[in-house]
Amino acid sequence: MRRIINRKPDRHLSLFLALLPFMLLLVAYVVSSEIRLAENPGDKLLPGLEKFSAAIDRLAFQADKRTGNYLLWSDTLASLRRLAGGVLASTVIGALCGVSIGLIPLVRAGLSPLVAVVSMTPPLAILPILFIVFGLGELSKVVLIIIGIAPFLIRDVALRVQELPSEQLIKAQTLGANSWQLALRVVLPQIWPRLIDSVRLSLGPAWLFLIAAEAVASQSGLGYRIFLLRRYLAMDSILPYVAWITLMAYLFDYALRRMQIKLFPWFANERGH
Amino acid sequence: MSTVSIKNVWKEYAGQVILEQLNLEVPEQSFVSIVGPSGCGKSTFLRMLLSQEKPSRGEILIDGQPLAEEPSAERGVVFQRYSVFPHLTVAQNAALGIEFERAPWLGKLFGQKKRQALEEAEHFLEAVGLVEARDKYPSALSGGMQQRLAIAQALIKKPQILLLDEPFGALDPGIRADMHELMLNLWQESKMTIFLVTHDLREAFLLGTRLITFDRLRQNAEEVGYYGATITYDVPLQASDPIKQQAEVFEAISGLAGPNIDSSKPSRRDDPVVNVTVVN
Repeated sequence: MRRIINRKPDRHLSLFLALLPFMLLLVAYVVSSEIRLAENPGDKLLPGLEKFSAAIDRLAFQADKRTGNYLLWSDTLASLRRLAGGVLASTVIGALCGVSIGLIPLVRAGLSPLVAVVSMTPPLAILPILFIVFGLGELSKVVLIIIGIAPFLIRDVALRVQELPSEQLIKAQTLGANSWQLALRVVLPQIWPRLIDSVRLSLGPAWLFLIAAEAVASQSGLGYRIFLLRRYLAMDSILPYVAWITLMAYLFDYALRRMQIKLFPWFANERGH
Repeated sequence: MSTVSIKNVWKEYAGQVILEQLNLEVPEQSFVSIVGPSGCGKSTFLRMLLSQEKPSRGEILIDGQPLAEEPSAERGVVFQRYSVFPHLTVAQNAALGIEFERAPWLGKLFGQKKRQALEEAEHFLEAVGLVEARDKYPSALSGGMQQRLAIAQALIKKPQILLLDEPFGALDPGIRADMHELMLNLWQESKMTIFLVTHDLREAFLLGTRLITFDRLRQNAEEVGYYGATITYDVPLQASDPIKQQAEVFEAISGLAGPNIDSSKPSRRDDPVVNVTVVN
């Protein structure tokens, strides 16, 4: 009998083991749902699977009677616009500020303590201030995402820049680079793939802030819809929404990972060492 | 093509003396090998020549002029590791110095100018035998190829002084022998002044026109912080010196067993132990 640490699953077993927990969760849900429905056919807490398909059909494929919108899609569009705005702005801020802080000692001395303090402020505690300052419109939601994840991205990029071997910076100087060229040709190109990693890590928090902002004050969006449906205990709609959000978050993560491999082939090899 | 004068240079860190009383006159076209025990300040000395660090006392002059305050193009460098840029291909790495010079704003050339720069870089890649690998990333190169690239990259700026910080330390003996030959050829063609820090005595004898050892004269534990290392031996080397010929013989032996210059796979042989005694 080999030690368990030496037993590696082959491809089929890996797939099976990966799917197993999902299957078990599904079975557990269906069984619990059956038990509850047997006792009370009107139970709303764990609706049966057919209820889900009905709800999905209603939300995704039939126009809402009041607004004429297909709710799932209009909510998704509203949320994704906020998310994309917040994440893209944060990425740009993270790259610019992070590289400046990591590369230029004078900027680091000036900005690094500020960023460290700001990143400790709980973003949700600032949400009321954002509503007061930016109103209840789109801007305050985007700004919440930026405040939530930009400080993390800045600090992470700054650390990655400082991790670059000092030999590289010296070498570039002996090749005649000025600071600007060095940032443009040596530092930034090596930061992009690392920035993708940081963005992947901050997508979770970004969704959190988005849904929190939508739950508090919004007229549309996935977070708004979930919290609205909560009033009617509409689990048959909430659970598909949550699954849809999770699926999108997972796909973004996957897409970013593929993009990193595709755009920065040298990075994957470098990491393989 | 430059003389280097080191005048009473000291280096201290936080009150600890690392190097003291360094005095050295290096005529042009010298190849100075620097050896010494670990932690004796060899690399610190090289960093001072690079302007990566400043001497605490004393001064370093190149052709009678004080050293520039920061690293600059007239002093090239090859480190033991991290000397090439992992995100650029071999050709891009080699052409980088040209691009910095001709594209002050973007640091990047396009179109015709870019082709021209790559063409010029190609000559240097030829000199180090890397033309075939021009489109590869450094991670796909062996250790020896990466170092050859680092050398080509440095040479493209035509530095007057080339600083080598244990550049061949991580390479196995066969490849190291090839690198020695390459280095000597490049040095003879370019007439640079070269400083080589190494812990391989044989290499130091083989390559240098002059061998310098750094060591602490006082070894007592309680005196360590107060007295730094200094130059203990300064040995001129001529091609006819027996020690040099001996080193060449050893080199030939280790070279015989090794692959020739284009070895893309790192071999796994151990470095043969060679006993070379210094006679003063």
